[in-house]
Amino acid sequence: MTIDMSQFLETFYEESFEGLEIMETELLALDVGEADSETINTIFRAAHSIKGGSGTFGLNAVADFTHVMETLLDEMRDGKRQVTEEAVNLLLTTVDVLREMLTALRENTELDSERIKVTHDQLEELLDSSSSSSTVQETDNSSKDVPAGAQSWHISFHPHVNLFKTGNDPVRILRELETLGELEVKMDSSALPEFNNLDPEESFLGWELELKGEATREAIDEVFAWVEDECDLTIMAAEAEAEVIHAEAEPEPEPEERSQTEGRSTASTQSRKPKAAAESTSIRVGIDKVDSVINLVGELVITQSMLSTLGESFDMSKVNSLIQGMEQLELNTRQLQEQVMRMRMMPINFAFQRFPRLVHDMSQKMGKNIELKMTGEQTELDKTVMEKIGDPLVHLVRNSLDHGIESPEKRKEAGKPETATLRLNAYHQGGNIVIEVIDDGAGLNEEKIFAKAVEQGLVPADIQLEPARIHELILLPGFSTADEVTDVSGRGVGMDVVVRNIRSLGGSLEVWSKPGHGSKFTIRLPLTLAILDGQTVSVGEEDYIIPLISIIESIQLTSDMLNIVVGKGETFKLRNEHLPIIRLHNVFGGSPNTTDLIEGLLVVVESDGRKIGLFVDELKGQQQVVIKSLEVNYKRIEGISGATILGDGSVALIVDIPGLISLSNQVTATGRLKKSA
Amino acid sequence: MTTDIATAQSTNDMSDATDGVNTEGEGTQFLTFILDNEAYGVEILRVQEIKGWTPVTRIPNTPEYMQGVLNLRGTIVPIVDMRMRFNLEQIEYTPITVIIVLSVKSENGERVIGLVVDSVSDVIDVSAKNIKATPDFGTTLNTEFISGLATSTEHMVMLLDVDKLLSVDEMTALSQASDLQADSDSSE
Repeated sequence: MTIDMSQFLETFYEESFEGLEIMETELLALDVGEADSETINTIFRAAHSIKGGSGTFGLNAVADFTHVMETLLDEMRDGKRQVTEEAVNLLLTTVDVLREMLTALRENTELDSERIKVTHDQLEELLDSSSSSSTVQETDNSSKDVPAGAQSWHISFHPHVNLFKTGNDPVRILRELETLGELEVKMDSSALPEFNNLDPEESFLGWELELKGEATREAIDEVFAWVEDECDLTIMAAEAEAEVIHAEAEPEPEPEERSQTEGRSTASTQSRKPKAAAESTSIRVGIDKVDSVINLVGELVITQSMLSTLGESFDMSKVNSLIQGMEQLELNTRQLQEQVMRMRMMPINFAFQRFPRLVHDMSQKMGKNIELKMTGEQTELDKTVMEKIGDPLVHLVRNSLDHGIESPEKRKEAGKPETATLRLNAYHQGGNIVIEVIDDGAGLNEEKIFAKAVEQGLVPADIQLEPARIHELILLPGFSTADEVTDVSGRGVGMDVVVRNIRSLGGSLEVWSKPGHGSKFTIRLPLTLAILDGQTVSVGEEDYIIPLISIIESIQLTSDMLNIVVGKGETFKLRNEHLPIIRLHNVFGGSPNTTDLIEGLLVVVESDGRKIGLFVDELKGQQQVVIKSLEVNYKRIEGISGATILGDGSVALIVDIPGLISLSNQVTATGRLKKSA
Repeated sequence: MTTDIATAQSTNDMSDATDGVNTEGEGTQFLTFILDNEAYGVEILRVQEIKGWTPVTRIPNTPEYMQGVLNLRGTIVPIVDMRMRFNLEQIEYTPITVIIVLSVKSENGERVIGLVVDSVSDVIDVSAKNIKATPDFGTTLNTEFISGLATSTEHMVMLLDVDKLLSVDEMTALSQASDLQADSDSSE
């Protein structure tokens, strides 16, 4: 009877969390007042899957809890209950509680029974408040411990004659049923033949059973799981209402053997729109992606065979076809690489989908009217990047909601519509994904930011800064403009962490703001962490790769641009800006072909909003490089973010610009960092 | 020292060594290589491959014996020059200069590291009882990385404790010293 269910448990959790996400999304989409039955159905199915699953796995607390929720949803679906804002909010809380419960169960931690009980009671109360829900009254008066399926079941169990041959014993089944509740058994011996004709190895008896108590349908199903095929079985709830629920979502009780695999597939077809797991170690890859990879591999094989045929009898007259073949090969490999990378890609929706809820909750809490508009939810990016960008995004959105967007009164005064708009945009640009958080709020208060920055000792008071520079001040560690610390933001542990997180992903953050018009935060991220667009530069014999994302331009200096500050190092003038020069060979060693700043090249790079000129011998090609870690076999090297393998098989190091700058500061302080002997 | 000897044995021999019971012939195999006319041995099970010297990519701000990194079929492998490591006289790399690629155990799992040596000579069988404790060489050689001495037919072989020798701490100790120097200077 016992199957090791634990192997399916992880899948159950994954699917449940997905279900919860669906419920949340749909709940937020639900228009108060007019219930869209399709939306409610989706929510209902998600809830039902969780209930069913948790029952199967014996997670009764979850099953009980979901049951009440389901009842409420069912009434909404049948139009017996109005979709009120109160109900939606309560359901959202319920989703939260469920998520907490499932997380606690998954991690084997204590359930917050107080919170569960409170929410449970609220649900009950809401159910109670409607007279139309008389059919489910019995759940209302039951305590928290025995809510779900607190009803009686009528089970008609008529085994087929060969039941014993399959190794099953009805007595055991009856005993098991008895453990589920109060059992009334009536035996039906009408099929019993005369004693002479009785074959002791065959079964002729049937039973009519009444099961009272808190048994769930799933629990009963499980009891009969093994005999499902060997008997005529009908399980009916004594209450018609409960039967309706089951009949719709689970028309026939399925044998356990099948429902293990099928139960999951029904869950996926019923409740899941094509969405993949939000956070798990596995990825669901669309079959179209797999197919396209297979196609490309096919083409690659064709190209390969073409080339090998060509090679068998090669002479100079065939050079052109060889070149063509090589081009084909290059194209194939590049496409294949892109497709394989795409397998790791997921739509940014996964990072975005939490925001409707966040905005909903926060706008209520802060009494602001905010409309969230999202575009480009289908823009894809690497799964690893996605997981890490979530928190910084939440932070930016919270900041916009709290600091950026004004109260309705203030907006009215300023002649703006009372409802503020917060936009989340995502799109691809070059090899990057760009995510924008735009609000039409008050914009950054430049005077206040500057004053605060001076007060916090971040900038000297007598300095003149352009607005853009002032905006960048908010990215500095420890900066906060909030006069009061709210629970939303203002603790000053903010933007610098966001910037650091984004930078650790190889991305950048830009701030734009216009007083009275709002602000815009632009995050630029590489599509993947495994591949980087790099510019190869050389210093003497050595090649280094500089990430293209940090390069602004490359220039050849003329002597009038140079400005050598004694004791402070070298700077150059670029369009009214004086930028410091770092000689790559000073920091990394090596013997450059030239030490004359005018002979070599200057690569202008940006990091932390600071521009510097990086002095190198010359520029070589631009190419995509695969990032390899140095730490795997050695250790992290300051100023180096990794290594890559060039076309000729040699290794080139990838320069980490922020690391390089801090390393360079050490070097200028001590003179050339000596190689230790 | 006896415990050090034990660690030099492969795991299947270890119980024998610690018990002090040794069966003749059941020894550990060591790959021996030559460095400035001296023979050194590394446990053969640690050796992944032996390859000829190829140019490496220098890594900035690392100890000098850290020659650089090499692409070994897609893996980036750091290469250590053993002559420099042991403060021996440096010689030009020749066609017989070889890199022994070893797998080294550390807290963070296994790492792959290459050693540049003059030449590879032999594989020898050494039973635990033929491993002698390391005598004190005075100051010329740090005996910390030598787990024992074995006598093969002609000469003596110094058995290296590669885990200790090539631990990251060991390899960064010197560069950190210079970093510290830099830090203290910059803070002034």
